[in-house]
Amino acid sequence: MVVILDLVLGLVVQGLQMVLVLALAPLLLGFTRKVKARLLRRRGPPLLQPYRDLLKLIRKEAVLAQNASWLFRTAPYLIFAATWVAAALVPTFATGLSFNWAADLIAVAALVGSARFLLALAGMDVGTSFGGIGSSREMLFASLAEPAMIMIVFTVALVAGSTQLSAIANFMLDHATLRVSLGLACIGLVIVAVAENARIPVDNPATHLELTMVHEAMVLEYSGRHLAVIEFAAALKLLLYVSLVICVFVPWGIAPTGAGIGAMAIGLLAYLGKLFAGGFLLVLAETSVAKMRVFRVPEFLGIALMLGLLGTLLLFVSRSF
Amino acid sequence: MPTALALCGVAVLLGAAALALVARGRGGVTSRLVYGVCLGVAVVLLLAGCAQLLVVQAPAPALVLPIGLPWVGAQFRLDALAAFFLIVVNLGAAGASLFAMGYGEHETAPERVLPFYPAFLAGMNLVVLAHDAFSFLFAWELMSLTSWGLVMAHHQDADNRHAGYVYIVMASFGTLALLLAFGLLAGGSGGYAFDQMREGARMLPGLVLILALLGAGSKAGLVPLHVWLPLAHPAAPSHVSALMSGVMTKVAVYGFIRIVLDLNGAPAEWWSVLIVSLAGITCALGVLSALMQHDLKRLLAYHTVENIGIIFIGIGLALAFAAYGSKELAAMALTAGLLHVLNHSLFKSLLFFGAGAVLNATGQRDMERLGGLIHTMPRTAFAFLVGCAAISALPPLNGFVSEWLTFQAILFSPTLPAWGLKLIVPAVGALLALSAALAAACFVKAFGVTFLGRPRTVAAQAAAETDRYSLAAMFGFAGLCLIAGILPGLLIDALAPVTQSLVGARMPVQSTNPWLSIVPVAESRSSYNGLLVFAFIGIAALAAVQAIHRYASKAVRRSPPWDCGYPDPDPATQYTADSFAQPIRRVFGTTVFRAGERLELPAPGDANPARLTVTLRDLIWDTLYAPLARATALAAEKLNRLQFLTIRQYLSLVFAALVGLLLVLSIWS
Repeated sequence: MVVILDLVLGLVVQGLQMVLVLALAPLLLGFTRKVKARLLRRRGPPLLQPYRDLLKLIRKEAVLAQNASWLFRTAPYLIFAATWVAAALVPTFATGLSFNWAADLIAVAALVGSARFLLALAGMDVGTSFGGIGSSREMLFASLAEPAMIMIVFTVALVAGSTQLSAIANFMLDHATLRVSLGLACIGLVIVAVAENARIPVDNPATHLELTMVHEAMVLEYSGRHLAVIEFAAALKLLLYVSLVICVFVPWGIAPTGAGIGAMAIGLLAYLGKLFAGGFLLVLAETSVAKMRVFRVPEFLGIALMLGLLGTLLLFVSRSF
Repeated sequence: MPTALALCGVAVLLGAAALALVARGRGGVTSRLVYGVCLGVAVVLLLAGCAQLLVVQAPAPALVLPIGLPWVGAQFRLDALAAFFLIVVNLGAAGASLFAMGYGEHETAPERVLPFYPAFLAGMNLVVLAHDAFSFLFAWELMSLTSWGLVMAHHQDADNRHAGYVYIVMASFGTLALLLAFGLLAGGSGGYAFDQMREGARMLPGLVLILALLGAGSKAGLVPLHVWLPLAHPAAPSHVSALMSGVMTKVAVYGFIRIVLDLNGAPAEWWSVLIVSLAGITCALGVLSALMQHDLKRLLAYHTVENIGIIFIGIGLALAFAAYGSKELAAMALTAGLLHVLNHSLFKSLLFFGAGAVLNATGQRDMERLGGLIHTMPRTAFAFLVGCAAISALPPLNGFVSEWLTFQAILFSPTLPAWGLKLIVPAVGALLALSAALAAACFVKAFGVTFLGRPRTVAAQAAAETDRYSLAAMFGFAGLCLIAGILPGLLIDALAPVTQSLVGARMPVQSTNPWLSIVPVAESRSSYNGLLVFAFIGIAALAAVQAIHRYASKAVRRSPPWDCGYPDPDPATQYTADSFAQPIRRVFGTTVFRAGERLELPAPGDANPARLTVTLRDLIWDTLYAPLARATALAAEKLNRLQFLTIRQYLSLVFAALVGLLLVLSIWS
């Protein structure tokens, strides 16, 4: 009986997490836009504007290019699904969710890679030069961001002795000390998050023309409901990375495995606070730098890769770093 | 019992080869008959391998035939390692034969393919079955020579002749190295049976390792011995390319494992340093070279080099753990390598089948002349897409599982006390992660340029879907890629006898884990569940589709592409394979390939087109092989004088040689 109750409770918490990330993702996007506008002395769109945008998009007819294939029409749903699953597997308000163990940190990074693979293919489907340029550059950035991510995962996993996100969060809660390697990994992860989410200085989420765009170039041919799903996936990805930084480096307040409802409520409040603080810091950083030339980005991502590698190397030499 | 069955199968294959030789010129009937027989035999051998690995398990003593070396005989034995590789070989062979039942119809020179093909299969099977050095080397040469014959099937093409030449030189060199390795293992007493080698005193095990690396590594495509591979694999007919890339390289891996982990005794510490660093370089160089290609089959061949690197990382780590007595971790690293052997044989065969179907439908291997095939060949496109996703290590497919397990093994290596490994393993981990990411870029390019976009030539526009045999082979392998990805625990359990016999330990039983997750050590450390990830993605995607269909507008309008308002109807304005790789070429290629770009702009008013020339150098060829080739040519020229001596001079040469040999002998003893 207790076992079944535990299972049901676990499923409920896991389901709550899945709905939570879905509900919060556009809000975080709206928050970053609002803060950015305020920092630029504009009034900015309302906080709920991303939800309205999504609603507007799904009500519109989808305009497909004449030679768009089945891949073009199915890819958005698969991209969304892969991103959603990845985001739902990162502990937000409680660790030890019932399906946390289905995929560890490496698998979460790889799921994001699956989504990107499909998006890059979708960008090439219609056969326009803009789609190609977006896909090509996205894969260039990914070819550095992904190994950087893996090296950061290595660093964190070697410190915590696990690649499981729940175990990492629990470890960081219990043995929180300042470590050189974790510092390196944290900076690296922030760089990767900035690049993966197409934020300034790597890409500009607000641009809609010119050769500077990467993400927007890939989704240029999408419209209507397909675009809505892709935009939603992009919002989820932003939430995923902010949650990841929170879960690994500042897990304080998160409800430990098997905690009661009260602890979870505290965890939820703490998570919301950290999420918006993270969004604020992201925008602050974004407004204080200019966008880079495309061929400067590999150097920027190379820093993340080197930081991750250095962190791992230090830990291979001695566990105490 | 399975051993005898397997040998009977090999005999049938050799019979089929003889039949094909006799029945030449009968066209389609012979072709289908020969491939049908090959398919049947491959399935039987596949079942024999499965029966041995999963049911019988305890290996029978070697079956000795009264041929071969008189005091050894030809020994054949199906132990766990051989059974696993028998499965890999015959799974690939069955797929390739099924594919060829359709594909072989279009062969322009069937008399140059049909006799060699069954003999090639027989050779690969015999290598795996052989249990003494003589039979092993005989089978190895049979495999090399028949595959050389298949590479030369379309010998009218000068490129193919060049490929065949480089291949035969490298293959001979590899066999020579293996011959010497077996000589050292057998020792002075001539104990050429594997059982005797295992028992006997070992001479210079370090040298044996290096010779095995040269011999098996050159066949597998380990950098810097890989130069023949991207030339020879694409030159053969596509089903043979699939076998060479997907299976023959694995037979080479088998040879390496057999010599180094089974026969050569306890590993020394420095072995793994050498292997792991070579493997890391192989990974990165293989995938970067693949990215620079625009010939679809050559791209796939270069990519094989990368995957061989991944496999050797697993083997190298297993040797490192074994050298320091961590048997369980050695079992984990070895399982990762062996799992990748199986996975790579699945998706690489699938991709070569796809490339073959494209070649058949369009007559093109050059991606720059393809495009838009997803409309004309939708089924091939789907199967090829599954292969691309699997090889790019994307969950929930199978490539990810073996790479994940390799990463887990790397995460355990700080426990290794050796400083060399402590510094090299993290770097190799970074190289592995880099090559996984570059592989994704490479296959976005391969699929995107070949199948997506608009057709670049009339041939691409007029393509038609391939035949049903080819489709069956492709879809079968695509299904296996998915199954191996979502149920990896069963495969890991099946590999337990192999690791048990080689490193004396096995990974924990996986099939009893809840929800069939894989847990290499403990759940608190790491776990992955492909089944659940697949189910979650499926459910999430269905939920999204349902929600959209329930609430969203269903209207669809077709219109010309938007392209920021400037769509150009000319398909030449699309991104090409070269332009797709241009950013990566600039970032990585300037150091690795000394990539140079030269832009020729006509003077103002001149109506001539501007030209961009890209130059890439193969540094390994230029620094290693080209000087060697020059030295050989020079030596040959100098020694040419020896052909024109008088009889007295020849006699004095013979005399000098005799004296010299006697001197060596007297000093030796």
